[in-house]
Amino acid sequence: MISFEPTEEQELVRSTAHDLAAEALRPLARDADEESTIPADFLRSTWELGLVSSQIPEAFGGGGSSRSPTTGALLLEELAAGDAALALAALAPSVFAMALVDQGTPKQQQRYLPQLCGREFHAAALALVEPQPAFDPHALRTTAEARGNAWVLKGTKTFVPFGGEASHFLVVASDDDGKPAAFIVPREAHGVSVAGPEPTLGLRALPFARLELASVEVPQDDRLGGPNGFDYARLLNCSRVALAATLVGLSRAVMEYTIPYAKERVAFGEAIAQKQAIAFMLSDMAIETDAMRWMVWKAASELEAGRDATRSAHLARSYVAEQAMKIADNGIQVLGGHGFIREHPVELWYRHARTLGVLEGTATV
Amino acid sequence: MIDFTLTENDNKVLDAVREESLIARNYARHYDEHEEEFPPDSLPEAKGRPGFYSMLGGRDLEDTGMNVLGMLITAAQTWGDYSVRLRRSAGGLGNSALRAAGTQAQQQKWGHLTLAMAITEPGCGSDPSRVKTTATKDGDHYVLDGEKIFVTTGCRADGVVAWATVDAEAGRAGIKSFLVEKGTPGFVVVRKEKKLGIRADDTAAYLFDNCRVPRENLLGGDESIAKDGSGGFRGVMKTFNMTRPAVAAIGLGISQAALDFTRDQLQQAGIEIRYGVGAASQSALAQKFLELEAMQEAAMLTVMRAAWLADKQASNNLESSICKAKGGSTVRKVTQGCIEILGPLGVSREHLLEKWFRDVRITDIYEGTGQIQNLIIARAILGYSRHELR
Repeated sequence: MISFEPTEEQELVRSTAHDLAAEALRPLARDADEESTIPADFLRSTWELGLVSSQIPEAFGGGGSSRSPTTGALLLEELAAGDAALALAALAPSVFAMALVDQGTPKQQQRYLPQLCGREFHAAALALVEPQPAFDPHALRTTAEARGNAWVLKGTKTFVPFGGEASHFLVVASDDDGKPAAFIVPREAHGVSVAGPEPTLGLRALPFARLELASVEVPQDDRLGGPNGFDYARLLNCSRVALAATLVGLSRAVMEYTIPYAKERVAFGEAIAQKQAIAFMLSDMAIETDAMRWMVWKAASELEAGRDATRSAHLARSYVAEQAMKIADNGIQVLGGHGFIREHPVELWYRHARTLGVLEGTATV
Repeated sequence: MIDFTLTENDNKVLDAVREESLIARNYARHYDEHEEEFPPDSLPEAKGRPGFYSMLGGRDLEDTGMNVLGMLITAAQTWGDYSVRLRRSAGGLGNSALRAAGTQAQQQKWGHLTLAMAITEPGCGSDPSRVKTTATKDGDHYVLDGEKIFVTTGCRADGVVAWATVDAEAGRAGIKSFLVEKGTPGFVVVRKEKKLGIRADDTAAYLFDNCRVPRENLLGGDESIAKDGSGGFRGVMKTFNMTRPAVAAIGLGISQAALDFTRDQLQQAGIEIRYGVGAASQSALAQKFLELEAMQEAAMLTVMRAAWLADKQASNNLESSICKAKGGSTVRKVTQGCIEILGPLGVSREHLLEKWFRDVRITDIYEGTGQIQNLIIARAILGYSRHELR
């Protein structure tokens, strides 16, 4: 049945996240960006809310809520309306966690999930992106070579969130047949070196690291999903929908900031919002933010039902990336010179939008 | 629960509609090239076939709401052709107005007729307060004088609901709607309009020349003129609330046909559309196609959203304009883009793509242009009146 109705529980998540975004994310966003740091207090307090552990089964110390990509999408939109960098930071370890919840063997779940349910923020990260131009997750250069009862990983990964702090990496590599395979790699494994942080255009506050894998040996047991491997499409789809949800929140932030500005700013005897050239930029923002959100919801609902969401996730991701960029761009235009000044958050959103639009694997629903 | 899955019952209906649509499509070119003809009330193939309406019974609470399903049905119909149907449904826009604004007696008297709606004039479109057609009271009658154009189902309708002003000084408040039956002296169907697309569609021009109708023909029966602006006018505007999503759905059915045709042609040429891969692993044509497909999906979702709100009995005024604006701009880009992808083949009259490109262009114009929708949306989100944002 076609329905746009979040459950009561989801409405609660939504309103809680909405308040959190306004009270805990937005006020920190500018300084976090300027200082390229996620405040430790912020990580601590959001960790205590159980955002990462809530969907981890109780048996491993988690909250035991059922796995819900639609809830994830609602949560990300709300938090990202506060600030995208802080939103992704608070949820960063869930990319690793949800990959294991969805696809880990019982043994892998038993071994790696409890550490993500502790009292202190714990970093573990997906290592997917590689430094080549126009990175395509289906053309990986990192290789995994079968050697006896183990695998040997070689390659370079980049844009690994909290890579500097992570205890474990989920490394995606191309196996001997050119098929994608994922491996859980402890930071201290022989041949692993981490460099960073890597400075970025947007999401400056979020620390990204570069990971070098120089013939890193991984035991067979640490191949995600066991000998049969894992569902790479699902991992990518979850990430694409999450990044799209983040951009919906960002777009809403732009719209909600530019509307009052345009009503207050007077030129030639009336508010600039009273001029169609400006008013139509704002109505376009309203149209597209809605359209973007429904695309995200559709893809998320397919993930939730366990169906192949590749088409919906692809369309949502590419559409949202383009529209969010346009919205952030117009946000600056509505503010004029002020849009270019770092006193207003719009230039920050402009940089965030471009950055989020090209990332992969930085978030999950 | 957030869900975008069609149930078995939903699919049964939609499959049946699409099957009928494909039959209708066989006649599309003929009626496009013979603008003077009207498609028949039912095609020969309709004989002995149960209509899809028979499948609308026995629906469960788990099935998609009727407004949302209605939009999907509409899109599935125009996916076959804009004008030709296996069976034409009775009624016109004027019937909706009669249902919304007519008195009990008026509904009983005229409900069985097919009624067109005449608002637009040579000098007024988006701003109906500029209606120049006059209704002058003369004893127990009103005398109508003026021209109406772009009247949908105007040639074949049995009558029309026409907007006219009873007091030009009063602006919007002076506008009333009148029911005029065909055959009333002074009511002339001047011509069937010649158009860029939707040529098989019945679009008429009317002339009212000293046309006398009884006072009882004033829709709703209220002869008073509201002092504070827009009283009776608003009542009429309200009837537009579910038609904006429908108009978007009509257009999107056509652009979906264009996309499906383009995908088939690309496939035959060995160009595959792949989902989930990076831009570097995709041909430029496939990349362009995916952009169009995403746009189409985004627009259709806004239509479903507006209809879903109606199913929930929630106000959908803003969302109706959102989906109309989004649909109107999308269908233009999609059909233009499909021709761009297919090149010269796209403009050949051997195929229907060039027709869809022409047919769909009306979507962003009628039932409020894209710009009018943007005005409505902007006023809503800015909290402005129509005086503050003009």
